[in-house]
Amino acid sequence: MSKIGEVVQRARAAFNLGKTRPLQFRIQQLEALRRMIKEHEKDIAGALTADLHRNEWNAYYEEVVYVLEEIEHVIKKLPEWAADEPVEKTPQTQQDECYIHSEPLGVVLIIGTWNYPFTVTVQPMVGAIAAGNAVVVKPSELSENMANLLATVIPQYLDRDLYPVINGGISETTEVLKERFDHILYTGNTAVGKIIMMAAAKHLTPITLELGGKNPCYVDKDCDLDVACRRIAWGKFMNSGQTCVAPDYILCDPSIQNQIVEKLKKSLKEFYGEDAKKSRDYGRIINSRHFQRVMGLMEGQKVAYGGTGDAATRYIAPTILTDVDPQSQVMQEEIFGPVMPIVCVRSLEEAIQFINQREKPLALYVFSLNDKVIKKMISETSSGGVTANDVVVHNSVHSLPYGGVGNSGMGSYHGKKSFETFSHRRSCLVRPLLNDESLKARYPPSLAKMTRH
Amino acid sequence: MDPFADTLRRLREAFSAGRTRPAEFRAAQLRGLGRFLQEHKQLLQEALAQDLHKSAFESEVSEISITQSEINLALRNLRAWMKDEKVPKNLATQLDSAFIRKEPFGLVLVIAPWNYPVNLTLVPLVGALAAGNCVVLKPSEFSRSTEKVLAEVLPRYVDQSCFAVVPGGPQETGQLLEHKFDYIFFTGSPRVGRIVMSAAAKHLTPVTLELGGKNPCYVDDDCDPQTVANRLAWFRYFNTGQTCVAPDYVLCSPDTQERLLPALQSAITRFYGEDPRSSPNLGRIISDKHFQRLRGLLGCGRVAIGGQSDESERYIAPTVLVDVEETEPVMQEEIFGPILPIVNVRSLDEAIDFINRREKPLALYAFSNNKQVVKRVLAQTSSGSFCGNDGFMHLTLDSLPFGGVARLGICLRAHAGQPRVSPSFHGASGMGSYHGKFSFDTFSHHRACLLRCPGMEKIYSIRYPPYSPRKLRVLLMAMEARGCSCTLL
Repeated sequence: MSKIGEVVQRARAAFNLGKTRPLQFRIQQLEALRRMIKEHEKDIAGALTADLHRNEWNAYYEEVVYVLEEIEHVIKKLPEWAADEPVEKTPQTQQDECYIHSEPLGVVLIIGTWNYPFTVTVQPMVGAIAAGNAVVVKPSELSENMANLLATVIPQYLDRDLYPVINGGISETTEVLKERFDHILYTGNTAVGKIIMMAAAKHLTPITLELGGKNPCYVDKDCDLDVACRRIAWGKFMNSGQTCVAPDYILCDPSIQNQIVEKLKKSLKEFYGEDAKKSRDYGRIINSRHFQRVMGLMEGQKVAYGGTGDAATRYIAPTILTDVDPQSQVMQEEIFGPVMPIVCVRSLEEAIQFINQREKPLALYVFSLNDKVIKKMISETSSGGVTANDVVVHNSVHSLPYGGVGNSGMGSYHGKKSFETFSHRRSCLVRPLLNDESLKARYPPSLAKMTRH
Repeated sequence: MDPFADTLRRLREAFSAGRTRPAEFRAAQLRGLGRFLQEHKQLLQEALAQDLHKSAFESEVSEISITQSEINLALRNLRAWMKDEKVPKNLATQLDSAFIRKEPFGLVLVIAPWNYPVNLTLVPLVGALAAGNCVVLKPSEFSRSTEKVLAEVLPRYVDQSCFAVVPGGPQETGQLLEHKFDYIFFTGSPRVGRIVMSAAAKHLTPVTLELGGKNPCYVDDDCDPQTVANRLAWFRYFNTGQTCVAPDYVLCSPDTQERLLPALQSAITRFYGEDPRSSPNLGRIISDKHFQRLRGLLGCGRVAIGGQSDESERYIAPTVLVDVEETEPVMQEEIFGPILPIVNVRSLDEAIDFINRREKPLALYAFSNNKQVVKRVLAQTSSGSFCGNDGFMHLTLDSLPFGGVARLGICLRAHAGQPRVSPSFHGASGMGSYHGKFSFDTFSHHRACLLRCPGMEKIYSIRYPPYSPRKLRVLLMAMEARGCSCTLL
């Protein structure tokens, strides 16, 4: 058996011993995870700086705080979520116990990605641990420093058999996927999502796929453009645009395009100064391949701001493109970089049609002071999630499930949804073994009981 | 030539045009389905009798009545289910509107099996239609007579711009699966389940798979053998054992076996008479292939009760096997027939070990007067669902989720007004769940929505760069003071 196979088997054996069943154990592990995060905050920030040019502020505020809050929320709610849930009985089952019993699935595989390498790897772990599973974690090799950090610190705080970290590239991931898991949660791109689902199909393993898409951002004429553009700039350019729920492109009426450009520029200067390259708060592209890819998307486009890059540091300036042709390359793939195309549409209907002609995105954004516009946009489109009059933040509400639809993914997690995703909800009916008199009606022969045959 | 391209395009266009969105449209489809059942009840009963020799009683109880019940439940609750589901907010979003919007996926494919061909085709259909999808129905070609009724009569009752029935076999199914659907709901064997999921992977189509398993039935020494035997026999031989949640095999001590055998014989005789072959209450095996398979299993262990078979009728007598080894075929595959093997164990521990060594089953049963025993079996095993001291009675509860087969209405009454719950199955016994509200939720995309007010900008501005240690301190203090979630304000 391969080394990876052994690690997974060990996790399964540890699970089968029943260690994770008591809530107390699970809570202890979550508390250890919390301690790990607090004691290694600097190391986490350091890894994020090395991988993505992040700093201690956005390391905390855009990654760590999410996970800490998830842990708090889950520890508090776990007894409630894990309790048997009595259900309404039928007349025939009045004397019985009828309830749903939540159980762990078994061994869960979490495959992380590189853009928020801490959050997307560790936040799902919280739910999986809370639900009582063993968890095999495979961080992304592209965010190398974080992968190494997680492999080092997690075993120092959590049970080593139950929660192993497996590092490596494509061949290790392929190796891991040969093993049988009871649930796989993958965050990443559509192409690999299909591969994961095919691998899962062999073992009939249920999956959650957190993928991506081109998240449209419709800006209505009737809108406070200052506020809208500031919020859009914040969500788009954080982490240098490498955020799956970032607004990918703007749809607006041509009459407000210039204003939008000006206000975006204004916010960008407020956030990152005249030269974003000098800002401690502005990120870098993860690797050369993605750097080249994003730079290529700007070719032949009308650049209203930015448009430059530095391959040596993988810096791409915050860039705004105007009058973008929907057929051009920048509108064909998820940008995942600090380039904001603006596509002009002449009406809300045209915007809706534009959006519906394309794959369902992970997130959809609409800015308007007019409730009717917002309602219409939401009801005539589909997406994983929506935020109106802001961007990104629907992610941060525990009680909203976080996930995609269509090409942007399937399944969801966060908060209670995580617990449910990683649990089996088992229907239970317990009857007394009493005399059958009352049940005699159900037994054959039935001839006498039918009023017509 | 792609025989389905036009049909699928028609359905997609109707969906894009928004035809299935209004509640009234969906309700009209459900009412149409209800009328189909009522107006063609006899036709359906005859078809079920032809396909499976199903008695009128079984047809009513496990096929028609259940489906009608599901339709009524959906009609009664449709608007409530369609409503946006408000969610609790954190302090940062107090002034916002946060809710989950239930949306149809789009084009749904329902692939149905042959064992409860009305129930397992139409109940998923109810959920898919209620949720506002356009639906392609692929009934099983094995239950030929029922397939004919569904293909020829049902479409008259549902708006055909949004609904199509595709009859046919593996080739047609394969062709269908090459197309992109927005959801696939499959009931059938794990082998085909894998094929469906692999096909779905190519288009990233989410799936619900209702599969099967060997459902163990532990019978404790502390029990009344006749009561247990009545229940076991009924749930085992209902639909001639062709039920995915039927008790598949019994685990008990040799002593209990001695007491159970005469009790089982007594139950079988009472239910089906001295000559079960002439009983109108016992069905037949669906096909020659399955008949041959089952007849082969009769050679395992030793026949204690029954064992007779007749190829011309695809009849197999209600059978109990004893002295069965774990390695024999009857203990290796899901039986799906009127054969009940008894495997001896010396203790509850041994029974639990036996169960846990094997794949997680769809259902699990434990019979004992001692509640602690029942609870122990439940706590130390896993399964799709569990029933203590009965067979698949849990399926009659609207409020318990189900992924699997027949629901049994005891007194032929629709179970009015109770919310249903569906168990989720996982692994080889399946994934996903349905029935009642669960159907609606299964066939809906749950879209997270947050509507923020454009004001409050001064407060939000703390999240913007340039960042400084001071800003971080301020934020952290604010968070601690409120002791709550204020992520990203």
